[in-house]
Amino acid sequence: MSLPAKSGDASQSPHGFVHVRNVHKHFGPKLTLGDRIAATLGARVETRSVRAVDGVSLDIVRGETLGLVGESGCGKSTLGRMVAGILTPSSGDVAVDGAPVMADGRKIDTRVQMIFQDPFASLDPRMRVGDIIAEGPLAHGLTSKSEQAGYVAGYLERAGLDASLVRRFPHQFSGGQRQRIAIARALAMQPEVLVCDEPVASLDVSIQAQIINLFLALQRDLGLTLIFISHDLSVVRHLSDRVAVMYLGRIVEEGPAEQVYATPAHPYTKGLLASVPRLVLDEADLVTLDAIEGEIPSPLSPPAGCNFNPRCPLAQERCVRDDPELRQVRSGHLAACHFAE
Amino acid sequence: MSAPILEVSDLTTHFFTRAGVVKAVDGVSFSVGAGEIVGLVGESGSGKSVTGFSLMGLVDPPGRIVSGSVKLDGEELVGLSWDQLRALRGSHIAMVFQDPMATLNPVLTIGTQMRLAISAHDKTSRRAADARAADVLTRVGIPEARSRLGAYPHEFSGGMRQRVAIAIALLHGSQVLVADEPTTALDVSIQAQILTEMRDLAAETGTALVWISHDLATVSTLADRLLVMYAGRIVEQGPVASVLRDPHHPYTAGLLRSLPATAKPGEDLFQIPGTTPSLLDPPPGCPFRPRCEHASELCTADPPLEMSRDRGVRCFHPLREMVSV
Ligand SMILES: Nc1ncnc2c1ncn2[C@@H]1O[C@H](COP(=O)(O)OP(=O)(O)OP(=O)(O)O)[C@@H](O)[C@H]1O
Ligand SMILES: Nc1ncnc2c1ncn2[C@@H]1O[C@H](COP(=O)(O)OP(=O)(O)OP(=O)(O)O)[C@@H](O)[C@H]1O
Ligand code: SF4
Ligand code: SF4
Ligand SMILES: [Mg+2]
Ligand SMILES: [Mg+2]
Repeated sequence: MSLPAKSGDASQSPHGFVHVRNVHKHFGPKLTLGDRIAATLGARVETRSVRAVDGVSLDIVRGETLGLVGESGCGKSTLGRMVAGILTPSSGDVAVDGAPVMADGRKIDTRVQMIFQDPFASLDPRMRVGDIIAEGPLAHGLTSKSEQAGYVAGYLERAGLDASLVRRFPHQFSGGQRQRIAIARALAMQPEVLVCDEPVASLDVSIQAQIINLFLALQRDLGLTLIFISHDLSVVRHLSDRVAVMYLGRIVEEGPAEQVYATPAHPYTKGLLASVPRLVLDEADLVTLDAIEGEIPSPLSPPAGCNFNPRCPLAQERCVRDDPELRQVRSGHLAACHFAE
Repeated sequence: MSAPILEVSDLTTHFFTRAGVVKAVDGVSFSVGAGEIVGLVGESGSGKSVTGFSLMGLVDPPGRIVSGSVKLDGEELVGLSWDQLRALRGSHIAMVFQDPMATLNPVLTIGTQMRLAISAHDKTSRRAADARAADVLTRVGIPEARSRLGAYPHEFSGGMRQRVAIAIALLHGSQVLVADEPTTALDVSIQAQILTEMRDLAAETGTALVWISHDLATVSTLADRLLVMYAGRIVEQGPVASVLRDPHHPYTAGLLRSLPATAKPGEDLFQIPGTTPSLLDPPPGCPFRPRCEHASELCTADPPLEMSRDRGVRCFHPLREMVSV
């Protein structure tokens, strides 16, 4: 593949600022020698692999926020990690501004950074906050030892933390503050793209609102391109310009956030939205949750035809046979369903 | 409403730790009628689980119920011996936890575990026990229940395991079921299935449900009444829709305004300033005071629970823009 010359202007590029082309990630079974021998002797050993991400393509415009939703195990984190350049795809490419994020299994583009769900696990408990934030920028020459203090203070304040806290350790902070530290650390790398993997999931509602407001400010003030992963559909709606819905490793619907929420095109998206409890403000409201039937099938043996057919209320004979393509159903709005319109 | 099946008054459960006294539950009062679903909501550490454990008589040292009363169908539970409580637990009052493996034994089949749970309180034949187990499993949405009695917990998905845990809690037709965030770890599509089943169940069997959750929306779709907990206290209670439409306590109001679901996409959310308080040796007065925009000198004293009709609030300056209907 010939890549377009690196340019600062995404509109010059034939693709989005973030360009994901047909990426796959398959996790093979971790077989021990014993398993292999047992398998050859006829024992039932799992030899199938999980198609965690099974052919995803995406184009994200500079400065845009893409929300990535779907239920547990659908491949959101795996896709996010590949976009952030910390997991090598089994096949397919990820490029930012025309340049690949990885080469030879190593991340080469620091302009993409990632923030994780568990703000505690992702911070080294033995390091002081100031050093946690300075480590990356020092290694990449974004600041120097002599300028470190001011550099760190700037990003702490940007993330809404008091710069006087640099000498503290992570355990001395609350969950919301730790997430701010993780955000400051990512921002200190001067990224243009931020992949946020469930960054508010472990936080209390009142603290979650504070962090959501911080993300809103980052969108406004820094013009960052965000990929915002969450299973919380109302949080994603609040922050996203576009939304992609994943099911069993694939994107089944993608479009402008408002449109996807107001008029979902894929039966899975419809079911998902109908399953989300809403605040009930009227006694007369007879609240019904139109639950999707059944459960997500094992990713080891996805159903033939359309992945969603065993649970789909609209499934026809054709759906068991033919795998629907992700196709445009309205301008800028894609769905992978034979009957979506 | 008929006489309440569960009546909790001034329940106080503290943990006497080396660092000091943790006032996990600090004067909690509420009641639940037969077939009624009461939602207990609050942020992390507000005392929801300890309230649930206290109802079950399951508070471990260094914690204990310091004072107050828990009446089940008129009978006082506080002060009963361990054996007396064990006779009631599982048969008259039961609990379901967020992690179903807290209830299930991984090395026993579902059928064995359910037979054991039945024989703890009733003598029946194996056949009758199996029939009863299959019947309850079917009621919580497990298809072909009879043929799955031989399965082990790991052969079930997370959602199915939670259904089994709920089924075990229902085996003896308990009058009260305390459910501590049973759907929090599950996907929304599975959560929706279970919420619907639980609502039907309470209506059909008259089981009273205390549903603990940190999610206001989940509770509002399920419950009849809402209890809002903050720092070990119930700061507001009342019929769900009424409380959510017209919150009287500044904390409830702030919580509602901070939800993305109540704001326009892309707009800044309302922020309750500060963080949730520590329950270790809390200062006297209203625990919400440091975060409250309505606080006055009055609030350095402890606000009492004010009940008017079906609504209750613990605040010196309740918000009452609207005249209660
Ligand atoms: N390192 C790995 N080895 C084997 N399988 C993996 C690995 N990482 C992920 N998987 C599998 O890939 C699938 C997708 O996982 P992933 O973590 O991307 O899902 P997710 O959408 O982020 O889920 P969640 O909402 O639970 O975080 C799952 O079936 C998971 O078990
Ligand atoms: N064994 C214990 N020893 C000391 N303190 C305890 C103990 N168990 C609970 N606590 C304290 O009691 C308070 C209430 O805890 P509880 O588990 O009831 O909160 P919760 O509302 O259920 O929170 P979450 O939403 O996180 O489950 C907390 O401050 C907690 O630290
Ligand atoms: S292709 Fe068929 S099974 Fe798949 S979502 Fe569409 S109608 Fe349902
Ligand atoms: S009692 Fe005072 S501090 Fe407490 S919530 Fe009411 S107004 Fe606020
Ligand atoms: Mg994930
Ligand atoms: Mg709890």
